[in-house]
Amino acid sequence: MDFTALDLARFQFAFTISAHIIFPAFTIGLASYLAVLEGLWLATGRAIYMSVFRYWIRIFAVVFGMGVVSGLVMSYQFGTNWSVFSDKAGAVIGPLMGYEVLTAFFLEAGFLGVMLFGLNRVGPRLHFMATLMVAIGTLFSAFWILSVNSWMQTPAGHAINDAGQFVPVDWWAIVFNPSFPYRLVHMVLAAYLTTAFVVGAVGAWHLLSDRRDAPARLMMSMALWMATLVAPLQILAGDLHGLNTLEHQPMKIAAMEGHYETRRGAPLILFGWPDNAAETTHYALEIPKAGSLILTHKADGEVKGLKAFPKQDWPNTPLVFWSFRVMVGIGFAMLGLGLWSLLVRWRGDLADVRSLQWGSVLMGPSGFVAVLAGWITTEAGRQPYTVYGLLRTADSVSPIALPAVATSLVAFIVVYFLVFGAGTYYILRLMSRPPDAPVEDLDRDEPIRAAGVTPGPAQHIVEADAPEHRGG
Amino acid sequence: MIDLAFVWALLIAFAVFAYVVLDGFDLGIGILFPWIDSGRERDMAMNSVAPVWDGNETWLVLGGGGLLAVFPLAYAIIMTALYAPVIAMLLGLILRGVAFEFRFKSENNKAVWDAAFFAGSLTAALSQGIMLGALVQGIAVENRAYAGGWFDWLTPFSVMTAIALVIGYALLGACWMIMKTEGELREDAFAFARKLAVGLLIAIGVVSLWTPFLEAQYFVRWLSWPSILFVAPVPILTLIAAWRLIASLAAGREREPFLATLALFLLCYIGLAINLYPTIVPPSVSIWDAAAPESSLVFLLVGALVLVPMILAYTAYAYWVFRGKVDPDGGYH
Repeated sequence: MDFTALDLARFQFAFTISAHIIFPAFTIGLASYLAVLEGLWLATGRAIYMSVFRYWIRIFAVVFGMGVVSGLVMSYQFGTNWSVFSDKAGAVIGPLMGYEVLTAFFLEAGFLGVMLFGLNRVGPRLHFMATLMVAIGTLFSAFWILSVNSWMQTPAGHAINDAGQFVPVDWWAIVFNPSFPYRLVHMVLAAYLTTAFVVGAVGAWHLLSDRRDAPARLMMSMALWMATLVAPLQILAGDLHGLNTLEHQPMKIAAMEGHYETRRGAPLILFGWPDNAAETTHYALEIPKAGSLILTHKADGEVKGLKAFPKQDWPNTPLVFWSFRVMVGIGFAMLGLGLWSLLVRWRGDLADVRSLQWGSVLMGPSGFVAVLAGWITTEAGRQPYTVYGLLRTADSVSPIALPAVATSLVAFIVVYFLVFGAGTYYILRLMSRPPDAPVEDLDRDEPIRAAGVTPGPAQHIVEADAPEHRGG
Repeated sequence: MIDLAFVWALLIAFAVFAYVVLDGFDLGIGILFPWIDSGRERDMAMNSVAPVWDGNETWLVLGGGGLLAVFPLAYAIIMTALYAPVIAMLLGLILRGVAFEFRFKSENNKAVWDAAFFAGSLTAALSQGIMLGALVQGIAVENRAYAGGWFDWLTPFSVMTAIALVIGYALLGACWMIMKTEGELREDAFAFARKLAVGLLIAIGVVSLWTPFLEAQYFVRWLSWPSILFVAPVPILTLIAAWRLIASLAAGREREPFLATLALFLLCYIGLAINLYPTIVPPSVSIWDAAAPESSLVFLLVGALVLVPMILAYTAYAYWVFRGKVDPDGGYH
């Protein structure tokens, strides 16, 4: 099979962004979780919250570092491999990314040092503020980058000049383009769910070996409340997002549903193998009328099929179709685990039910899989365009030679597997250690500010008692 | 009427300079790492920048993202023209960045992450130096796109600027450690700085004498009457900064070497601006050719004017929290 420079540039973008999104999906949720834990610690004074906080901030530090370095690659890859896209769309998406740097990246980076190393230097209240700033920074970042992505999916608020460049006309319309609010909510909830399932799995894992481990029980309980409450919201948000896509990108919906023919009373295809060449979905397992019912909320509503659109504009239908099913399947599994945990709570104690704990452990990585599958659905579904309907991917790529892209692609793959493989190993090792037993409760009349004792920046607050750090 | 492209050129130049000096000392410590005693000294060196490196690197994201936003044509041309060094820089920064966390998480492989910290820092610094040289010597452009070859960036001149930048970063790193550490490490840092200072001054001399012969515009700016009158303060102030650097290192002062090195970086940077202005991709693309439409420039400028002062304020706060010497007995040592 012959690859062109365009194929490899696309694969490189897919690979580097997939590797990257795993980290923000986790840090967005984890930063908020840490802020909640520290807030609860300050409000109640109970040491157990600080114990769980210390446990997760170590992991946060590693994940955040990997998110920063993999994100830096993205901000330069637009230029190296997609220079024509950058020249044409830079005036619209560039300022949005500029705002991401100014409002989010600096905020996160500026306060991260204080959050990781500064508790003893600034005291608990200022430290809490630093944690909050980092958490808010991650949300600002999601806001801007999802605005950029959404504009590429549902462009609005621009004109096109003689040089073929997109020229901003109405910034409000650009930022709040039609798909943005749905995508933002869907992604932030996804990040929260992803984190909840990781935290729940770690808590459950430690409860399996010690059912009296109070911090582990707290982790599992908080995580499963999150799953119970947020999974249904996420399914609702996903449905609304899908209806929005139907309105603005009906061809993508046709691919997600595996519909080639335009029909009234279209079935819901549960499984099958879409085949663009044969223009049909083989082996389709269908529920009659359900497709129309879900998409139009009418049993005989009309649903457009791919054949209603020019064939050269079709996306890779099997990829879109299957990644969508993976995401939806995991969403419902998450809902199921949340409901199961409600039942267990109603009857007794989470710490006693080993099957639920094993279920939580198994579901630990599910959020990452769902996030990747969801992004593959929406991004592969945007093809063959970079700016939907307006700028084709083939017309966006840099004038680069095949060997240059091939070499850099191999270099990225090797370095990413080594570096992020090692990082994943270190994170799993941190997770395999049980949380420390809570020490003493916070005395709220006396802020912990060690006057006269100024531990150096070397002191990871979280690692002051970490054995593997000693004897550096 | 405000010349928005000019205002943005100043802001991007500021972001790039902030990156160069801030990440410069982080990268410099990485470059010096093999010569720092392993164990306690290396921990101290790394911990002197651990709380701030991420913020320092963010200026590079602003430089790149800002260029895309306000000079998209320059971004598109430069990133394609400097493809290999940009990719090498990114990979280097990945290794360097993760080493901060991984080296403390690793039980048996600390030496591996020490090596990654060094190799990543050196690769990033060399790549940036090459990019600087390749930009100054000029980039071939036709029809809004890069029109040169895949190895145009590799010339004797760009190799020279790469060496100069590596030495400069290493000197910044050494001077930072003089300020932030005590004991044996501080003495070692003085020894590094004395050698590196001499090396940097030689490198600045070579690059300065070489540059005017690369482009007619550069020659005219520096070596023709009356232009020479206006640019003369730059070499004169450079000589003063060089003298203060050497003298303060000889006298064993702790802050002045860092400040003198910063002054040298600033003067070289101003010299660079004198060469390039008003081109952004020399020799043919000016800041006005490359500028985004006015609506983009205004939209982001409003935010930048409000946010950049706030960023400077809380960045200063973060530095202030970790002021003074790194405590060698603090933390987990």
